[in-house]
Amino acid sequence: MTTVARDPVAATDPAPTPPTRPAAGPSRHRYRAAVGFAFGAALLFAVAPLLLSDFRLSLLAKYLCVAMVAVGIGLAWGRGGMLTLGQGVFFGLGGYAMAMHLKLADAGPGTMPDFMMLYGQLDELPLWWRPFASPWFALPATVLLPMAVAFVLGSLVFRRRVRGAYFAILSQALAAAMVILLIGQQGTTGGTNGLTDIQGFFGYDLDDPVNQRMVYFIIAGTLLALLALARHLMQSRYGELLVAVRDSEERVRFLGYDPATVKLVAYVVAAGMAGLAGALFVPAVGIISPALIGIVPSIEFVIGVAIGGRATLLGPVLGAVAVAWARTALSERFPGTWTYLQGLLFVVVVAFLPGGLASLIGLARRRDDGEPRPSRLSRFRPRRREGAA
Amino acid sequence: MTLIRGRRILAGAMTLVAAAALAACGSKTTDGNTSAGVAADVSGDTVKVGLLNSLSGTMAISEVTVRDAIMLAIEEINAAGGVLDKKIEPVGEDGASDWPTFAEKAEKLIREDRVAAVFGCWTSASRKAVKPVFEKNKALLFYPVQYEGLEQSPYIFYTGATTNQQIVPGLDYLKAQGATSLYLVGSDYVFPRTANKIIKAYAEANGMKVLGEDYAPLGSTEFGTITNKVKSSGADAVFNTLNGDSNVAFFKEYKSAGLTADSMPVVSVSIAEEEVKSIGTQYLEGQLTAWNYYQTTPGAANEKFVAAYKAKYGADKPTSDPMEAAYVSVYLWKAMVEKAGTFDVEKVREASDGITFEAPEGLVTVDGATQHIAKTARVGKVGADGLITEVWNSGEPITPDPYLKSYPWAGGLS
Repeated sequence: MTTVARDPVAATDPAPTPPTRPAAGPSRHRYRAAVGFAFGAALLFAVAPLLLSDFRLSLLAKYLCVAMVAVGIGLAWGRGGMLTLGQGVFFGLGGYAMAMHLKLADAGPGTMPDFMMLYGQLDELPLWWRPFASPWFALPATVLLPMAVAFVLGSLVFRRRVRGAYFAILSQALAAAMVILLIGQQGTTGGTNGLTDIQGFFGYDLDDPVNQRMVYFIIAGTLLALLALARHLMQSRYGELLVAVRDSEERVRFLGYDPATVKLVAYVVAAGMAGLAGALFVPAVGIISPALIGIVPSIEFVIGVAIGGRATLLGPVLGAVAVAWARTALSERFPGTWTYLQGLLFVVVVAFLPGGLASLIGLARRRDDGEPRPSRLSRFRPRRREGAA
Repeated sequence: MTLIRGRRILAGAMTLVAAAALAACGSKTTDGNTSAGVAADVSGDTVKVGLLNSLSGTMAISEVTVRDAIMLAIEEINAAGGVLDKKIEPVGEDGASDWPTFAEKAEKLIREDRVAAVFGCWTSASRKAVKPVFEKNKALLFYPVQYEGLEQSPYIFYTGATTNQQIVPGLDYLKAQGATSLYLVGSDYVFPRTANKIIKAYAEANGMKVLGEDYAPLGSTEFGTITNKVKSSGADAVFNTLNGDSNVAFFKEYKSAGLTADSMPVVSVSIAEEEVKSIGTQYLEGQLTAWNYYQTTPGAANEKFVAAYKAKYGADKPTSDPMEAAYVSVYLWKAMVEKAGTFDVEKVREASDGITFEAPEGLVTVDGATQHIAKTARVGKVGADGLITEVWNSGEPITPDPYLKSYPWAGGLS
């Protein structure tokens, strides 16, 4: 079973494209992308901080972290066809790596984090915590650790041609296993409480609204950078190959490429993005706990992407932010019934807009142009009309 | 091609530079007073208070009853004229059984709604998640549920029992009944693991043996193995810190394994009247629970509370310990505010010491030093009608000791 069968948007004709693509990038297209990024940057760096209160801005920071995970899922699932239901694991690895460092920095040299003395009754810091005292280890680890795990898992799984539902189940099992591990090791991981009460961020006091704002700007900047990276990957020859693997792995193999490697790259990059998101989530929210990385949050990441439109660049980001924002807005407005409304929203989008909210734009365009629906592959080639999205 | 690539990288680099430049605006001041608390909005003729409970998710079944009890207290107070001549206006938020959501909603209640106090939270994880929020904003939380102790935040009032008001008396009772060996069963999260640490320390100091210790994931319904281990251990009693649905499965297995309240009694610390109803009386009859309040607790204050609750929410709705503690917490806050003469958080805290209230559970007194409440401990037996009847009580309110400092055997715990 390949993912083609499960994809209602897919046209069944994955027409091979000759490598004439680079020539297809006209100057107007480049211009649009730059304008798009400038617009996004203006929105995130100027408009949002001016319009939103400190509290709302810190919520936006949280949403943007989820959006970073969504960019990665868009790449792995939307472009690569790997339905990863376990991104929480990588989010968690990044988050815990960052939180461990910040907890140790809060406690100061030679002291142990508060929860360890409460629950662990340890005499000294466990060995595996020690390297995280150094920012030179902890910071790269937030990205490299998830990437390494994804690499090991991906190498084993993709080479064995595990895909489709089996891959989804496997990735989800990993999320469940990680949660059980974290909860069981309460003395050294904080158990269900997770790591809470993080006060400082590399010397900056996180209670100070000015510093909260700084964290927001770092997050917004990182998200834009990740979007640029994702766009670059999607438009490269590698991006074409990834889509080809998604649509027909066998054909790509016969053409002489190794689909396992192609998928592995997207999976590892997505894991790195999730790890970075987790790392930045910690100073923004001040907490990381198993509740944030288990099966349910992992699925919620995917829901945002599905709602936004998984195969586009901006769809996952907008979907993730929209779902997170709707969650807050609905639950504040209707504290008793908001979960039903959220469920209804999902059902409506999945039933009537299987391509996600981003397909609305595409629909409107096609109607304007009277253009036939483009074939699957050509849809993802940079085309005059598609713009930054 | 190279040009396009160059531009893209340039764009990425520029955003990073912009981020870094803005980041440099962060202030590194750490003199502690950078974030003054947000003062409550008391300009109108109402005062807002926050209600922070899970209305959705696994904890909803328990936390909704707590919210109902808080609402009852607010209505009663408003009917009697309010607090400092202001009517209380409740603002509800859903914690959704998700700890970071609790933190987000707490911040919203404090900063956006500018409430004078927040009532709610159930699990320890949610309390740990909101604690820094209340401390940062210098706002008040009233936490109404028994918990594992070892905490004392200046901005939280703990109106449920700490360990020396529930677990330790429960163990004392078992010891007095002649139990010399225990088996510990609990859900896999912070409260049971911490409670069991305390139980093991107690057992060691009191010549009791702990024959086994097992944890099941929250929500787990697989208890065949655990029940078999419990049975073959031959322990005198089981100390049960399971939470939620797991209790249903555990007690069913327990009964079908042929274990009874007579052969091997179970003392539970998270099963109140509401839970008895959902587990089924036939599985629980004769088993023991440790709390500070039961619906059957005698006294005029409780008769009035039970009658008012049933009148508002239905005759079949039982009242339980966490509900009573939540109900009491609103009245305690009112008394503190009236003693202080202001809603100002620091003044309310200063006024808290020695505040008493004739609660449904009997007289309670606020201990200003720990911000816990002196409460009477009670052990009860589940009856055939689903209600719990007291079989033992501590006789007088026990002074809260969250760090168990007055118990020599607990020396290594905190």
